[in-house]
Amino acid sequence: MRRTAAAVVRKDLLLELRTKETVPAMALFAVTTFVVFHFGLNRGSVAGDLAAGVFWVTLLFAAMLGINRLFVAEREQGGFDAFLLAPTDRTALLAAKAAALFVFLSVLELIAVPAFALLLLDPSPWPALPGLIGLLALANVGIAVIGTLASALAIQTRARDLIAPLLALPLLIPVVIAAAKATTPLLLAGGPGDVAARWPLILGLYDVVFALTAYAVFDFLLED
Amino acid sequence: MAAPDEPAVELHDVGRDYGERAALRGVTLTVPAGATLAVFGPNGAGKSTLLRVLATLLRPHRGSVRVLGRELPREGWAVRGRIGLLGHDPLLYRDLSGRENLRYQARLFGVDAARVDELLERTGMARRADEPLRTLSRGMVQRLAVCRTVLHDPPLLLLDEPLANLDPAAVDAVEPLIGRDARRTRVMTSHDPAAGLAQADLVLGLRGGRAVVAGPAAGVTEADVGALYR
Repeated sequence: MRRTAAAVVRKDLLLELRTKETVPAMALFAVTTFVVFHFGLNRGSVAGDLAAGVFWVTLLFAAMLGINRLFVAEREQGGFDAFLLAPTDRTALLAAKAAALFVFLSVLELIAVPAFALLLLDPSPWPALPGLIGLLALANVGIAVIGTLASALAIQTRARDLIAPLLALPLLIPVVIAAAKATTPLLLAGGPGDVAARWPLILGLYDVVFALTAYAVFDFLLED
Repeated sequence: MAAPDEPAVELHDVGRDYGERAALRGVTLTVPAGATLAVFGPNGAGKSTLLRVLATLLRPHRGSVRVLGRELPREGWAVRGRIGLLGHDPLLYRDLSGRENLRYQARLFGVDAARVDELLERTGMARRADEPLRTLSRGMVQRLAVCRTVLHDPPLLLLDEPLANLDPAAVDAVEPLIGRDARRTRVMTSHDPAAGLAQADLVLGLRGGRAVVAGPAAGVTEADVGALYR
């Protein structure tokens, strides 16, 4: 399974490097949204819970662009059939797509975090960075797993661009709440405070629950 | 694993629907191992649906299907990897090169990368193998699709108009890969009665999802096949 998943991830990253259809759109959306918040909130900077809220909601909607496109090449260019004809564990496709989305989200955040700090954030981002990286990784796992599941369901429908957000957003609300709550003390105007352990724990638990759920149901999503 | 004398394909009263419309109705046939079945019929007759059922990509809604000695869809896992499907869609990514596509497929099938290079040479595609598919002609893409189909040397080939878009030189190049060979069973669709009958041991004529002609190719004439289209 690991070899198959690695092959699919490698192929997906190569396709993205070649076409640049997903990550640039996600990054552009995030930066543009920060600019809109900058002017829309009518203030030069934000901190604390407002900063955390703006940051995570923007990342969530930027992630939706990647979720929407995750299976497009498989559907439109026969990748599903080619994969299903191979003697492979079908769950490898779930693992591979979630891993590819995780990579896309990480690249997005490499651009979005500095842009957020530059355009909106009041305190310096550097002291908060180690904690923020950990939270981003935890949230990315949840977004990647839930996004892959929603995308695999939505791609089977004609209105996939509508169905994917309708399925994914409600499931991702707990991720955003936990991530925003955990991030708030890191973005306080006076410098980062302590992060309450329960929010990262909730994020981790949510990741595990949905990873197991996705593992259990993904095979059926690929069935005719 | 199928026993040596076991048929490669056995269908009994197979039906498949798309919503309200029946694409296959009560199709029954047996294809011995090593034989070639030519499937004829007008557009929408159910030819491609039949191939997709045999390829494990579609579930039959009625009847029983055995492929390479395994019951489908229950034992589909056991025959995937022993089937080569060449359909209308090449099942290749347009933004990857031929070599990248085939190497990806080779990894999925656990096939050595040297086999990719060998097939590219044999089909005359080695020189253009590093160009994205979207820059290649349909005939070249079809040659790469043939490479994908036989990459893992499957004992059952499902070929949907395999020579479409190929020029005579390309036909000569792919013939040894997908042509008659006692080691492999072929189920192939065609709209060309003469060419199809020349290659076939058995014939299946479909119309409206029903088998209206079925039996040894020796007993079927071009006129019989032509009548399917009128």
